[in-house]
Amino acid sequence: MEDIVAEIKHLKKSFGTKEVLKDISVTLKKGENLVILGKSGTGKSVLIKCLVGLLAPDGGEITLLGKNIAELKDDELNEVRKKIGFLFQSAALYDSMTVRENLVFPLRGLKEKGSKEDNEKLVREALQNVGLEEAIDKMPSELSGGMRKRVGLARTLIMKPEIILYDEPTTGLDPITSKEISQLILDVQKKYNAAAIIITHDVECARITANRMMVIKNGITAAEGTFKELSNSEDEWVRSFFQ
Amino acid sequence: MSKDDQILHSAVAGKAPAKEEASPSAFKLFFEEVAGIAQFTGHFFRELIKPPYEFKEFAKQAYLIGYKTLPLVGITGFIMGLVLTIQSRPTLSEFGAESWIPAMVSVSIVREIGPVITALIFAGKVGSGIGAELASMKVTEQIDAMEVSGINPFNYVVVTRVMAAMLMLPVLVIISDAIGLYGSYVGVNIKGDVSFHLYFLQAFEKLEFADVIPATIKTFVFGLAIGIIGCFKGYNSNKGTEGVGEAANSAVVIGSLCVFIIDMIAVQVTTLIYN
Ligand SMILES: Nc1ncnc2c1ncn2[C@@H]1O[C@H](COP(=O)(O)OP(=O)(O)OP(=O)(O)O)[C@@H](O)[C@H]1O
Ligand SMILES: [Mg+2]
Repeated sequence: MEDIVAEIKHLKKSFGTKEVLKDISVTLKKGENLVILGKSGTGKSVLIKCLVGLLAPDGGEITLLGKNIAELKDDELNEVRKKIGFLFQSAALYDSMTVRENLVFPLRGLKEKGSKEDNEKLVREALQNVGLEEAIDKMPSELSGGMRKRVGLARTLIMKPEIILYDEPTTGLDPITSKEISQLILDVQKKYNAAAIIITHDVECARITANRMMVIKNGITAAEGTFKELSNSEDEWVRSFFQ
Repeated sequence: MSKDDQILHSAVAGKAPAKEEASPSAFKLFFEEVAGIAQFTGHFFRELIKPPYEFKEFAKQAYLIGYKTLPLVGITGFIMGLVLTIQSRPTLSEFGAESWIPAMVSVSIVREIGPVITALIFAGKVGSGIGAELASMKVTEQIDAMEVSGINPFNYVVVTRVMAAMLMLPVLVIISDAIGLYGSYVGVNIKGDVSFHLYFLQAFEKLEFADVIPATIKTFVFGLAIGIIGCFKGYNSNKGTEGVGEAANSAVVIGSLCVFIIDMIAVQVTTLIYN
């Protein structure tokens, strides 16, 4: 199938003697939102870090935008990465830069660099999307946890990525903002026809954003299906995520 | 083999290798560290010649390093010159050689004390700062974030800081030497009366290019080593918040040690060349 933008086959990853991922396979189609559920510490973050090559898998094959990432040279991998947005669970803002500089930073990797005014416009637009225009000149240390998360989200979206990996986009946010962020994820999907993997514990977020869902348990895929299918699953353990 | 024999056997077998392992593992760790630093240095030079060049970040780091270290270097430089002068006066005046103080002090400051003391302070201030900063960037996934946005973090973070350290240390040493000589001038005038002009005439009389050039080259190497080790320790830290302090600490310890080792090598090389 040609509309598959990312594919993980039989991924294995251990840290020392600890087997985190045993055998995980995921396909992500163009324009699709895939929500991944799983208990804390099951390796969801590890999974998406393997996907972009931040962690080297112990086994299995990863294809991103048609390229096997294990075979890419550094420069080629960087080119692929520019088309991918990654929201870190910790937001990972650059502490030594203001919010504006944080958002401009990924733009420096672009082939055709925009003018200063163009960049400023992009930054303002991105911040507007997450409702944080007034924080533009603040340092990350002056922001609350939720604000950091939203700035991280703005920084992820500013590159208009083809694939977006959200690591717990709504964790630590109030229900109203959470809902807005979930709505934003949905808007981004529609506007850019981007594909996304969303890791979340937030059922409301999953309900709004998911086209398809996947549950990871003990390093393997425990269940897969739509929100409706999984929330009515026969397996009590799977169902318990939705209560 | 009886059961007791087996237990005895395994106990002995279990003990013996552990004893043997203890020293090779420390050895192995040491060589792994050295190999790691060598590899890191190689990586640094490869990235250094490869575009893009991050001039802006380099300039920012150079400014920060200079700005943060200058007061410290100035104060220590002044005290160094002053103390050296006061200490050597009694001995020299016994021989009636008080007029030799400026020449003696200037040669010792420019050749040895200036570069080494400044480099040690630099290792304490800048080396630890780089180590801690990079380690915390690592812990908070900022390095990963750069990497996934398609920007080479090694180039942006490591190359700029190492270059800044390497180019700023010589500047700081020159400043420290100058302030040190001024300190010495003040020291001379505590118990005597030598004009500023005369003092510096005497100080520079015995100072030759053969003193200045190797001393300056040496400081570039000090700066390079301190920068590389700070970055190496920070960039490879992966132990969470605890690793931040550890990276800062070992950046200072190993950096200072390297300063002395390089100094020793430099002495050998200069005597070989000039004699
Ligand atoms: N760099 C690492 N070194 C060693 N172990 C690691 C590393 N990264 C993750 N782990 C381990 O892998 C396991 C999975 O971690 P991961 O961060 O992927 O969990 P998670 O599913 O994202 O959990 P959460 O929902 O709490 O974010 C954890 O047990 C963790 O200890
Ligand atoms: Mg996680």
